[in-house]
Amino acid sequence: MEWVIAKYNYFIYIILMMIGLWAMIGKNNLVKKVIGMSIFQTAIILFYISVGTKRGSTIPILEHGHAEAANAAESIINAADYANPLTQILMLTAIVVGVSTLGVALAVIQKIFKEYGTVEEDEILEQIR
Amino acid sequence: MQSTVSVMPLIVVLISALAAIPISMSGRYPNLREFWTLLAASAKFLLVASMVPWILAGNTYELTLFQVLPGLAIAFKVDAFGILFALVASSLWIVTSAYSIGYMRGLKEHAQTRYFCFFALSLSATLGVAFASNLLTLYIFYEFLSLSTYPLVTHHQDEEARSGGRKYLTFLLGTSIGFVLPAMLITYAMTGTLSFSGEGIFADKAAGFPLWILLLMFLFGFAKAGIMPFHSWLPAAMVAPTPVSALLHAVAVVKVGVFCIVRIITGVFGLDLLAAQNLNSIIVYIAGFTVIVASLIALSQDNLKRRLAFSTIGQLSYIVMAVGLTSGKGVIGGMVHIAMHAFGKITLFFCAGAIFVATGKKYVSEMVGIGKRMPITMLAFFFGSLSVIGLPPGGGLISKWYMVLGALEADKIPILVFYLISSLLNAAYFLPIAYKAFFCTPEESMFENKIDEAPLWCLVPLAVTALCSIVLFFYPQPFFNLAKLAVGI
Amino acid sequence: MFFELFPASVVEQAPVLVVAIPLLSALVISIVGVVNQKYVLPLTILSMAGSLIASLITLQRVIEHGPISYHLGSWIPPIGIEYFVDHLNAPVLVLIAAVSFLTAIYSKDVIRSEVPDKIPSYYVIYTLLVTGLLGITITGDAFNLYVLLEVAALAAYGLIALRGGRAYMATFNYIIMGTIGAGFYLLGVGYLFIKTGSLNMLDIGQILPAIYSGNAVLVAFILVMLGMWIKMAFFPLHGWLPNAYTYAPTATSCLVAPLMTKVSVYVMIRIMFTIFSADFAFNVLKWHNIIVWWAVIAIVSGSLFALAQRNLKKMLSYIIVSEIGYMVGGIWLANRDGITGATYHIFSDAMMTLCLFMAVGCICYKAKDCSFENMRWVFRRMPVTMAAFIVGAFSMIGIPPTCGFFSKWFLLSGAIKADHWGFALALIFSSLINAVLFFRLFEIGYFGKLRESKEGQEPSHHHQPKISVKEAPLSMVVPLVVVAMSLIFLGLYTNEIVTNLIDFVIPKGLMDVGS
Repeated sequence: MEWVIAKYNYFIYIILMMIGLWAMIGKNNLVKKVIGMSIFQTAIILFYISVGTKRGSTIPILEHGHAEAANAAESIINAADYANPLTQILMLTAIVVGVSTLGVALAVIQKIFKEYGTVEEDEILEQIR
Repeated sequence: MQSTVSVMPLIVVLISALAAIPISMSGRYPNLREFWTLLAASAKFLLVASMVPWILAGNTYELTLFQVLPGLAIAFKVDAFGILFALVASSLWIVTSAYSIGYMRGLKEHAQTRYFCFFALSLSATLGVAFASNLLTLYIFYEFLSLSTYPLVTHHQDEEARSGGRKYLTFLLGTSIGFVLPAMLITYAMTGTLSFSGEGIFADKAAGFPLWILLLMFLFGFAKAGIMPFHSWLPAAMVAPTPVSALLHAVAVVKVGVFCIVRIITGVFGLDLLAAQNLNSIIVYIAGFTVIVASLIALSQDNLKRRLAFSTIGQLSYIVMAVGLTSGKGVIGGMVHIAMHAFGKITLFFCAGAIFVATGKKYVSEMVGIGKRMPITMLAFFFGSLSVIGLPPGGGLISKWYMVLGALEADKIPILVFYLISSLLNAAYFLPIAYKAFFCTPEESMFENKIDEAPLWCLVPLAVTALCSIVLFFYPQPFFNLAKLAVGI
Repeated sequence: MFFELFPASVVEQAPVLVVAIPLLSALVISIVGVVNQKYVLPLTILSMAGSLIASLITLQRVIEHGPISYHLGSWIPPIGIEYFVDHLNAPVLVLIAAVSFLTAIYSKDVIRSEVPDKIPSYYVIYTLLVTGLLGITITGDAFNLYVLLEVAALAAYGLIALRGGRAYMATFNYIIMGTIGAGFYLLGVGYLFIKTGSLNMLDIGQILPAIYSGNAVLVAFILVMLGMWIKMAFFPLHGWLPNAYTYAPTATSCLVAPLMTKVSVYVMIRIMFTIFSADFAFNVLKWHNIIVWWAVIAIVSGSLFALAQRNLKKMLSYIIVSEIGYMVGGIWLANRDGITGATYHIFSDAMMTLCLFMAVGCICYKAKDCSFENMRWVFRRMPVTMAAFIVGAFSMIGIPPTCGFFSKWFLLSGAIKADHWGFALALIFSSLINAVLFFRLFEIGYFGKLRESKEGQEPSHHHQPKISVKEAPLSMVVPLVVVAMSLIFLGLYTNEIVTNLIDFVIPKGLMDVGS
């Protein structure tokens, strides 16, 4: 049990990811599939971000760096105070990718709706047949 | 023993493939088109013939084209056995071209340009096989031959041609991809080379069971040789126009199969190894079985071309059997039989075609008394059959004589029985045709007593080949010398 | 000798130009497309040509001087992003650039008939797709690879959906599966990042060996592999592929079918041998036997599915599924010949797939759809197209001297040396099935009938329909013929390709591995 709690972030992301996967594969409604896709991607983003954070750290933006150089004690930048900026930057990119995928998927759904008049997969498959 | 690098083999191989270009372009002018065919055929024959003296002096020509894999190239090497086969194929192409003209025009066949085009291409492939210096090159041209003859086999483009063609390709491609390709790879993996050599490339590199399997894979893989049970493409391919059957299925295609097997036996396995491992008996008994069964089936065929086809299957296995004896005389006999049988069998096919052109008859039972109407054709048929059976004055006697000597030399008496029985069977299915053609009561005769032969373009070639097979009885030396050289005696 | 024609600065910057040229021209094309549609295609072709030249320069540099490491923005790796070009990806770059160059020319007429109202956007997405593929291939950064993987995938979704109709549903499935694949890959990279703190492939590769036994590394490997297998449509993860490739516009099929899956195979090789190592993949895991058997299943079932199709493009798509099995199986045979064969097959399979898709595209262009029905009398209608089609088909079957024979040669020899008879039999089986597939088409083309029918017993050759030659436009036929000839040249120069390039790909010390 402690093992679970110690790594709770991993379990949350896995649960989220499974929800997403299930929706993507199991759901009949195309919009729900896309929602699942979003959850899936978010789960991965969550995973990366949680990996990059440390206990008691803040977002990696320097609030009081060079401007107040006079105050020498405060100008020391302590890496332990900040979350790992690399994962955050990576996830910025991943979010952009996710958004564009979402955009394309929704556009395609729109087209599908115009073509078949429905977004239920089984009904569409019936029309194709 | 000396070898020169020369582009001659390449030119000889390519000349007919290149001829396909002018042939296909002059489709509108049949005479011009046929001129190209005959020109290429004669040029090819003359070039092959011009190589003979150098080869007879014990030398070889060599040429490496592309180094396609490490230690493995697309390469040519002209040796005695190769030139023997090339000589047969290229000389018969001339006669067949002439005959094709008569036949195709006589029947007003469609798509004649395509026909002559692919005919030329398949000759290139045949010569490529003859001059291949290693197994890979051999395989390339072997496959190319199967594919380039497909449009010829299915020339009529009707239902029968379709199913015949399907069987043709299924058997030939299926066996070559299914058996030869893996066998080739295993050989390469075991020995590191695929080049033919006099002693064989397996010598002291492999023994026992793997060799056994490989031998069977090669033997059945080259299905063009028609060894049972992979023979049934040959009768199916008889849907082709007769000149195609004649050149390709009595000479080029089937002999390429036999040629490949002989190459495998002599150049890959090596005669000594086969004899030492007692593998020769496998070859001999498989081939012997085919000889007897094919002859029996031929006996029951009424369609003349099918009868000839089964006779071919039997005769091919003669050659395989003779070479499989691994005795010097047997191998010589087998190699020479490639030539002897070619001249005899092509005469028979030409006759069948001439009968079809002149009378439209396909069945033996409809040919009673035909000798009165087509005496020259049937006389040629008679001499052709003599040669194939192995009776004087036919060239076949000489090669068969050597094959029998080979069996004695190898101390395999049962093989003698095979030869004896099958010769009797040959006589039993050929001679009645010739006999009934001439000797029958007027009531039995199905033809009027008036001479009406096939067109001259058909008649001359068949007379020429019939004469050749008689001449070869008296002067077999050219082929014999080459075969002796190939065996190294 | 080739790059002496260019100034030193171009040669120096060639690796980045390979990607930058199509990326920037995508922007230019989108602007020009608004002004005048006429200049869109020439610009596309020009940018593809530029990329091709840059990739050729890179290839030659690699052959002469060994691997190149190009630092983007002069940031030193592992902090900065590195473009890393070695003997494996330099030829893949050339392949991508060449295929997209030829397909761009090929698309001229066919696009006008299929998506007439969206030509500028088509070419913008087209160049972006090429950018993505080139980027995937050239990058030495694992995360960068993910981004470009998605760039390429997004562009591919767009290119496929442009056709409309059934393409929408196919695209949607592709989006879902593609996202799952990329997601798995990203997750796997995340695990690697946790363990090594680096994203640079070479860097990770140096850190990893010490911690091979850890579970996280194992999970990372599985996730990354799974992601790539989805992307390359390795059976049974292939569900998205056939429909997507079938209902896409012809030019899209010609671009996507040869490249997308093959680039994924390249990524798999890169992951296995650069990020991880042959030692890890074959010795630590010891799974290669299972995966080769899986590949056997992929090959056999891909072939059987292909046999059941009655649509030309769909048949070819299932052949791709089977060919993917060749490559995955070849790599996992874990011996020299197997890996050589699989790597060589990336090139030969890409070219022959391209050849077949182009030829089928020509036939469909004339007939407006792709059912087998359209093959009737096709030999007489389109002799040149069919000549090229035959070369492509022979290559697929594996008839020498086309390149398909030689990749099969290496794969088979690898299978024999690994004593993996199942894989050898599967290869032969699929060759034979391919022969059946293509000769069935040739029969229809040659005899003019779909099925055997017993009516008409009289020889029909005296009254065959008069059919005149009606080839597809030159813009389609010329690239097709070039590709068909390249199949033969690729085959004849196998030895050069193998000794100059692929031999360097084989991981060192492989011979002791796995035995």
